[in-house]
Amino acid sequence: MLKTRIIPTLLWKNFGLVKGEGFDSWRRVGTVLPAIKVYNTRDVDELILVDICATQEGREPDYESIAEFSCECFIPLTIGGGIQNLDHITRLLHTGADKITINTAAYTNPSLIYEAANRFGSQCVVVSIDVRRTPAGGYECYSHSGSSPTGRDPISWARQVELLGAGEILLTSVERDGTMRGYDLEVVAAVSSAVRIPVIASGGAGNYAHMADVITSGASAIAAASIFHFTEQTPLAAKHFLRTHGVHVRPEYHPSAGSSPAPSLPPLNLQSA
Amino acid sequence: MTLLVINYGMGNLASVGRAFEECGANVSISEDPRDLDSAERIVLPGVGAFPDGMRNLIKAGWPEKLREVLRNPEVKLLGICLGMQLLAEVGHEVAVTPGLGFIPGTVKRFIPLNGERVPHVGWNEINAAQPHPLLHTLPEGTDFYFVHSYHFEASRPKDVLATTQYCGKFNAVVASGNIFGTQFHPEKSSKQGFQLIRNFLAL
Repeated sequence: MLKTRIIPTLLWKNFGLVKGEGFDSWRRVGTVLPAIKVYNTRDVDELILVDICATQEGREPDYESIAEFSCECFIPLTIGGGIQNLDHITRLLHTGADKITINTAAYTNPSLIYEAANRFGSQCVVVSIDVRRTPAGGYECYSHSGSSPTGRDPISWARQVELLGAGEILLTSVERDGTMRGYDLEVVAAVSSAVRIPVIASGGAGNYAHMADVITSGASAIAAASIFHFTEQTPLAAKHFLRTHGVHVRPEYHPSAGSSPAPSLPPLNLQSA
Repeated sequence: MTLLVINYGMGNLASVGRAFEECGANVSISEDPRDLDSAERIVLPGVGAFPDGMRNLIKAGWPEKLREVLRNPEVKLLGICLGMQLLAEVGHEVAVTPGLGFIPGTVKRFIPLNGERVPHVGWNEINAAQPHPLLHTLPEGTDFYFVHSYHFEASRPKDVLATTQYCGKFNAVVASGNIFGTQFHPEKSSKQGFQLIRNFLAL
């Protein structure tokens, strides 16, 4: 059975890992490489690494750093931030990204989704959709790290990116981001039922029950950051909780007798990094 | 153990190279088929679409040279994801395209049976169809990381080493002689992925 994925999100700004609230008030939480090494040893299912300044500063992805990070990552790595064209995507995939995620460029140049899916396959094209609630009670998509309203409705935009060839949607509630008050279940349910590609829910996880709730609402995977950075809660304990609540998650791997020990990376403490 | 990763412009080459290195192989990543002469193990990685993959392989002259070196049974080839699919005779992605034809079969798109989402993304269990050293010490139902919309339909049941449940049942590992393919990504499958890579190096 296909497992529900637990995906820590690493936000990266000026050489450090950060976490904010509502896509603002950034706090420094460590450095990238040690964090990747830690998560590699902790049975997380994937990692998402986003350079949150690249688009706003109008620069390309930092290929050199990404090459360094991917070298230490033996689980799937999705890279985002600053991607504007097919050349950027090509370079990222060659550098060690397994999937790429685009947000702002998808609005300004939707054909990039189609071109990337056509060239590299839908499976490596993740479209990131950042949403805020509107005063009227609906939702609107935002670009440029949650700062620019696009006038688009997330449901029709999700359907459109699916048609263009996106393989997954990373759906983030800007208002819930960093609050640890729980996912915006309404928008997750609406988008998940509108498309047939997997939806990764992001923004608001504060405890394991929030994760169970958002899976019930239709998410195929859970992304989370603050809960892992700022609390004692861990991806492994999240899996234990979810398993007891009937969610299929990936168990820890234990080889059968007679195996040569699988090479493992040394455990590192994220806090001391 | 010298291992060559084929660079035909379609892969997460760096990740693949690093994982095999971590498992003890002496890895080189090459764009030149002539380098195959000195390789004991060969990896055909792949992220991308079937027709582009075949076009790039042919353009650089890989198919003929691969056929030549694989006549030596001591040389083993592992295709990963798209690299596994390209081993088939025909692919149906984008357009019907001839593949390498190393393992009889056809590559087809998933058809959801119970509302499954496509692509098939994430960790899923593999179940051995027959015992094989490539699967040595991997417990039944071990999870590996998959990310794909197409799957390999093998013509001969004897070429299927393991299967996975999704949109029915599909082939997760295929093999014929010294040629192997995994639909999942061992290089991205953490410890169990390393185990499979070590098994491949030890074949």
